[in-house]
Amino acid sequence: MEAIVAAAIGVLVATGVYLVLRPRLFSVLLGITLLSYAVNLFLLAAGGLMVDAAPLTDRPGPYPDPLPQALVLTAIVISFGMTALVIVLALRSVSERGHDRIDDEEERAP
Amino acid sequence: MNPLILLPVLLPLAGGLLALLAGRGRPGVERLVSVATVLLLLPVSAALLREASGGVIQSYAVGDWPAPFGIVLVLDHLAAWMLLVTAVIGSGALLFGLGRSDKAGRHFHTLFQFQLLGINGAFLTGDLFNLFVFFEVLLIASYALLAHGSRPERTRAAIRVAVLNLLGSTLFLVAVGCLYAAAGTLNFADLAERGASLPADRLGLWQAGAWLLVAVFALKAALLPLGFWLPGSYGVADGAVAALFSVLTKVGVVALIRAGTLMFPDLEVGPVLWVAALGTLALGATGMLAARHLSTLAAHAVILSVGMLLVSVASFSRDGLAAAVFYLAHGTLATAALFLIAGRVALVRGETGDALVAGPAFRGRVSLPAAFMVAAVAVAGLPPLGGFVAKLAILDAAARLDGAAWTWTLVLAASLLSIFALARAGTTIFWKVGLDRGELVEIPRWRPLAVTGISLVLAAVVLLALFAGPAFRQSQDIAGQLLDRQAYMDAVLGARRGGGG
Repeated sequence: MEAIVAAAIGVLVATGVYLVLRPRLFSVLLGITLLSYAVNLFLLAAGGLMVDAAPLTDRPGPYPDPLPQALVLTAIVISFGMTALVIVLALRSVSERGHDRIDDEEERAP
Repeated sequence: MNPLILLPVLLPLAGGLLALLAGRGRPGVERLVSVATVLLLLPVSAALLREASGGVIQSYAVGDWPAPFGIVLVLDHLAAWMLLVTAVIGSGALLFGLGRSDKAGRHFHTLFQFQLLGINGAFLTGDLFNLFVFFEVLLIASYALLAHGSRPERTRAAIRVAVLNLLGSTLFLVAVGCLYAAAGTLNFADLAERGASLPADRLGLWQAGAWLLVAVFALKAALLPLGFWLPGSYGVADGAVAALFSVLTKVGVVALIRAGTLMFPDLEVGPVLWVAALGTLALGATGMLAARHLSTLAAHAVILSVGMLLVSVASFSRDGLAAAVFYLAHGTLATAALFLIAGRVALVRGETGDALVAGPAFRGRVSLPAAFMVAAVAVAGLPPLGGFVAKLAILDAAARLDGAAWTWTLVLAASLLSIFALARAGTTIFWKVGLDRGELVEIPRWRPLAVTGISLVLAAVVLLALFAGPAFRQSQDIAGQLLDRQAYMDAVLGARRGGGG
């Protein structure tokens, strides 16, 4: 279980970092989304991984730590909002400047 | 529990929502709500500072869930100090922006209030995850405020800042995960308590999380090498917005102070911060000299002030922290005033804007050049204003430490360069007259408000100099309280101990 989650986080981070370093905002946005998935998995793993155990039940038995799950929930909502905002900025960039490249230098204020 | 602690967070939240709902299509109502809210924040913050200066740390457990299980807001002296500074700058900036900044696009007031909500929350929170949430609140408002006014260079700046801070937030969450995995808590006081007695196999995780967190705070504070995003974004923002932004970097500085004094005193953050801060000082001073717009110059002045602050913070000594806390108030107010003046200059000079070239003559106009003079003296740290006292205290505190020669050289050289830069900017804008001299332009109706806004911030700078004695004693109290970790832990976790034992 640990190995699968660790590998998933690793692949997500690697792909995310590659995309973030691309010159267009669209790829950067995809990269940030992947990175935020990786972070959510990481937060979940921070509380210790458990298979087949619900955090809040009446059943006896081992419970996983519910706090990281609450953190992940909040982080998902926040990253959702942030992604929406960056999409709006990207659209505005396209409508104002005609492209969404973020490595252009020609518009630097004189 | 003192519910007054909640007000700096609740007031802007209520004001922002009310401005959004009641102000729809009625700019007058929107403005009234917004101004009333920031002006209410002034007495509230002053009352909180009065309470906090008694030296007792107050903790408010939201929903009455005791720490470390629930969320706490903690009012210590430093938080109250920064709340008052934020309230003054918020009022000045909002008055300045009335009738101009808020006409450039919709929902300016709501965004402004949410920005204040995020800043105040970040100062008050006693919990790492809530610090993250308040950071996100202030950031999301800041992206929208930065892009406010539909200009391509603003959209561009907002995109850059947004992408960079999204990556910063990702790292923040990784740090939160590491620290939670190592210590099993995210409450500042609880982290401080458990950090001291961690089993050896968790120490690596703990240190990795702590250093990541320091890096994230350094990014927010625009510390070298993580500060290159600042001039390009603050320099193009609207004057009122940029003035409020000058508090944002200080949120990072305050977080760094808390990390170094409360959460990770064993981490040896000081030397690393010191080297980075010296570089930041040099970068800020050089940037001020190289700037070609008054607003860019002010943005580099923010970088310089962060360097100055952290050079002093890095010692984590009582004297160094006291000097830094005093400079925290002075430097933030001074750079905010400079941003407002830059915005005003850009407005009245019409097409020339705030570029540092000869433009229309300022003949017969005394108030704006005089305001610039006061702000420049404050930013450069010359007597008789408070910046001089602060720098003297910074140098005095550094004199007894290793590396004093470096600190003294760079602080003094940076000050000298900033004087050159400000003097040159002032003479170019206010004394030189361009060949194709246009006329100064003005929208007379809103002028008194802009003047009030600038005057409010400058008056605070002057008051800080007039009452430098009491203010400096407060700074020393704050430094003493910051170094007394046990008091903070007792104040936050005391209820649990009382109940359990």
